[in-house]
Amino acid sequence: MMKKQSIVSIDNLSKQEILSLLEDAAWFEQHPNHKILDGKVIATLFFEPSTRTRLSFETAVNRLGGRIIGFSDPAATSTSKGETLKDTIKMVSNYVDLIVMRHYLEGAAQYATEVTDVPIINAGDGAHQHPSQTMLDLYSIYKTQGRLDDITVTMVGDLKYGRTVHSLLQALSHFRVKFNFVACDELRMPREFITFCKENHIDFTESTDFSEEVINNSDIIYMTRVQRERFADLAEYDRVKDLYTLHNAMLDGSRENVRILHPLPRVNEINVDVDDNPKAYYFQQAKNGLFARQAMICKCLGINPKQNN
Amino acid sequence: MADKKELAVSALRYGTVIDHIPSRSLFKAVRLLGLEDFPTAVTVGNNLPSERLGTKGIIKVADTIFDPAVINRIAIIAPTAVVNVIDDYAVVSKEAVSLPDEIIDLVRCTNPKCVSCHEPMRSRFRVVSREPVTLRCCYCEHEYSGDKIELK
Ligand SMILES: [Zn+2]
Repeated sequence: MMKKQSIVSIDNLSKQEILSLLEDAAWFEQHPNHKILDGKVIATLFFEPSTRTRLSFETAVNRLGGRIIGFSDPAATSTSKGETLKDTIKMVSNYVDLIVMRHYLEGAAQYATEVTDVPIINAGDGAHQHPSQTMLDLYSIYKTQGRLDDITVTMVGDLKYGRTVHSLLQALSHFRVKFNFVACDELRMPREFITFCKENHIDFTESTDFSEEVINNSDIIYMTRVQRERFADLAEYDRVKDLYTLHNAMLDGSRENVRILHPLPRVNEINVDVDDNPKAYYFQQAKNGLFARQAMICKCLGINPKQNN
Repeated sequence: MADKKELAVSALRYGTVIDHIPSRSLFKAVRLLGLEDFPTAVTVGNNLPSERLGTKGIIKVADTIFDPAVINRIAIIAPTAVVNVIDDYAVVSKEAVSLPDEIIDLVRCTNPKCVSCHEPMRSRFRVVSREPVTLRCCYCEHEYSGDKIELK
């Protein structure tokens, strides 16, 4: 049996571990109902509601034959009566083999790993980390491009506050990837990540213009929401809000293999006329989350899916 | 020797003299060492002339030798500090403070969304840079340096 482990942040995973999770995800895509979690009980503790993420994790467990306990609304638990996070985690640890948790406080999952021996999967801690989102993004790129090396990834929209792009950038830094960062000045990639790219000899460009040239030289276009509340100056928001919207016609000269990704939900940054283009991949991307999460759950439980046929 | 002159100000027979503390960090250093409730003679001087720092603070504690883990706490806010151990009026050892790799329960994370501000738990920071001293919260990963470092 493999070692049990928690996954709190994408930084917890080495390149080798990421690759092996991607292989496992591909395997689960072929065997999504493999009853490998028979007899296991998994808690999904959602101190902050997130229906999308919870359904994906719970489907992943159910399809593998595990059982679920937990809550989706903290108002219904003793947390709302003032119970500490530590006490809730310790109590639940008595019952389960794995805890999947989402919390509104940053670092909550890390703290949980320090108060229990039961492995923890961080399903989002405030604006901090959300490693299963990153794994499903990686799996989507891997699956559509057949590799993670020698590709060009263009990130568009809110590169300042968007944690998904920061985590994806860190995860892809293990591989030979070229980045284009496309954002308005107010939402450009933070300096610490630009420094990170330079220190790690990662090839990148930065521009405010979502140009034909950038689009036509991309293998992955990763779109993100540009939210009104991020702007100190609303006139600036009105000026830029439509500059980073993808329309189908903009893809006319794009590469055959290019795929459009988006962490969803979208607002208006991808026009609906893109949806029927075979290069649109955001709906399948969400489905890939199921397989990526199945792989992560098994890794945390110390189960090698292919050895338990 | 310059040291002798300084130490002669209030000759210490046995104990510890902490020198070269930046003036603005002096009272923080006093707090970090828990000297407010100390039973033995404690002499504190501040805004003394210093070639290196402009002005400096100095702390003398009679009849006490600190555990390194305790004295090194002040490296968080006074990385220039030097610790002299005095025995029978003579300096028997002189060492710069050194910052540990991890700072536990001494510094406060001021990110209002950090779990360490809400749960009854110890704070924990990793030292990610020593020059200037930069601490990263082990929970939310916010980084703090200079005056942004707040003691608990
Ligand atoms: Zn923090």
